[in-house]
Amino acid sequence: MKLNRRAFIGTAAAGAATLSAPMVMGAAHGKPRVVVVGGGAGGATAARYLAKDSNGEIDVTLIEPTRHYYTCFFSNLYIGGFRSIDSIGHSYGTLASEYGINVLHDWATGVDRDAKTVSTAGGYTLPYDRLILSPGIDFVDGAVPGWDISAQDRMPHAYKAGSQTELLKAQIEAMPEGGTYAMVAPPNPFRCPPGPYERVSMVAHLLKQINPTAKILIADPKQNFSKQALFEEGWNRHYSGMIERIGPDFGGGNVEVDPEAMTVTIDGSVTNVDACNVIPAMKAGRIADIAGITEGNWAPVNAADLSSKMDENIHVLGDACAQGDMPKSGFSANSQAKVCANAVRGALTGSTVFPARFANTCWSLIDTDDGVKVGATYEATEEKIAKVDGFVSDTGESAEVRAATYQESIGWYDGITADMFG
Amino acid sequence: MVRRALFPAILIAGLGGPVAAQVGGDPERGEVLFRSDCASCHQVGQGARNRVGPHLNGIFDRQAGQIEDFRYSEDMMLRANAGLKWDFESLDRYIENPRVFVSRTRMNYAGMESAEDRSDLLAYLRLFSADPANIPEAAPTAAAVDHEVAPEILAIVGDPAYGEYLSTECTSCHQESGAANGIPSITNWPADVFVTAMHAYKEGVREHNVMEMMASRLSNEEIAALAAYFENIE
Repeated sequence: MKLNRRAFIGTAAAGAATLSAPMVMGAAHGKPRVVVVGGGAGGATAARYLAKDSNGEIDVTLIEPTRHYYTCFFSNLYIGGFRSIDSIGHSYGTLASEYGINVLHDWATGVDRDAKTVSTAGGYTLPYDRLILSPGIDFVDGAVPGWDISAQDRMPHAYKAGSQTELLKAQIEAMPEGGTYAMVAPPNPFRCPPGPYERVSMVAHLLKQINPTAKILIADPKQNFSKQALFEEGWNRHYSGMIERIGPDFGGGNVEVDPEAMTVTIDGSVTNVDACNVIPAMKAGRIADIAGITEGNWAPVNAADLSSKMDENIHVLGDACAQGDMPKSGFSANSQAKVCANAVRGALTGSTVFPARFANTCWSLIDTDDGVKVGATYEATEEKIAKVDGFVSDTGESAEVRAATYQESIGWYDGITADMFG
Repeated sequence: MVRRALFPAILIAGLGGPVAAQVGGDPERGEVLFRSDCASCHQVGQGARNRVGPHLNGIFDRQAGQIEDFRYSEDMMLRANAGLKWDFESLDRYIENPRVFVSRTRMNYAGMESAEDRSDLLAYLRLFSADPANIPEAAPTAAAVDHEVAPEILAIVGDPAYGEYLSTECTSCHQESGAANGIPSITNWPADVFVTAMHAYKEGVREHNVMEMMASRLSNEEIAALAAYFENIE
């Protein structure tokens, strides 16, 4: 490991030198080239494993617009006051310095599948032998009438972590006594199935301390949601009378918002709200659409190696892909990335390709020391990534078990972020 | 990142006000505590060997990080190179909260809160330190075995290259560096301990919903491969 890392320094220096040369990068050598778009749980992990395991045999470029990445997982815990915003922020310095990855802070804006190049907003064109897209999510235009991206300052989605999360928390803290926080929950499928409900728990935890007569209103187009029994049990126990959820039977799917007037209209009935968290329907990050590999809102992939069903030289990881049974989560993206990296390395260098295997576990925090989890294992079939086995926390678990589950989630956070960023 | 996450732990420890253990505890009670809290990883007594943790014979007045053939964490070696010596006071502080004393130690132990317990435990360990000749004739404390694995399973020689690939499923939670905070370290365990633990989960003898699920679909060869990889990971 250490020796490998030292060996990378030379590669990194060569990468930097190429950067200062005009336009087409990386053409000077014969190494296979992988370009990874998106530096989250899928992309950062894939880039790191490709660089680490190929011992410098593969030239890896990671394109990620932000210099400082905030994880969506644990961002709800920031809202609840359990984490600082800094503690969920990560930079790409180690991926560049220790793994020799060419980290380019830029937006990928085009993919030429015939020429096998990616173009960026900064004006670069990067050739690839394999392209890995892990762009996360974007929102479906017009999904919530009255809301568009220009209203995200009035009604934040906070579903890409960072400034949006800080804004939402500030708006909740500024609510008048006894005011109302509303959430417009998204339809399936969406990033982090328990996420909206963990968020409600964390908002309730915050309000219970600073504004205990405040109300939480959820408009939800879904009949059921992830860990529902666990969340509802927890809400009754910790936040009795504070949370009201309007499901589809009562018009929860028929919602309109007015960001100027700060109103939410559910099935024709208007409510004035003081903070409003609109989480619209989602689709694959835009570059997947630009690359022409989406079908509907997502990019269909083969289960064995996460390769696009429309282009064998492109792989799609995480939230953006349609793969089968795995939930759209950071853990899933991280799991898929390692299978993909193994397959891509095998294709480019002839290394052994081991059979795909996938897993996911999602922890959620309901209140102080009240953690729950759900998890499953998956396998690759011809048709899709298929569930093998799974578990979910039980209702009525002891306080000790719940506290241990929360402690475990903290350990997992350190583990997965080390696995992503080195 | 990891360092920041540790701040709350330090604060909590500070707020409680450290209570040092007193010399002169009850070694018999200490033995009971050793068996329940320590013996799954450490041996002490005649013939004690390194297991998941180093053997503890002669630990009093020994420089830290000195047992041959044991791979310590980087942080433990930093402390050792800075001159850490194990004596009553330093052992007391380490056992009270290992990760506060040595921040990324591989020791998977949350800490022994009670000063009286620590006093008793150290009184017991002290019995094996005065002088090698004084070590009682008793057999070494065996690892606390909650599961017996068939010898033919333990004899399987794992393929570390396959183990490295399989390990990527572990490193979504368990850190490759051996650092541990809420999820145990699994690096540099003796292969037989690793295999025994995984089979205990696979057969549901040891309970943990994630680990039972992960272990249940690993074959005997795959468990051996993981054990071979993690045993020698650097």
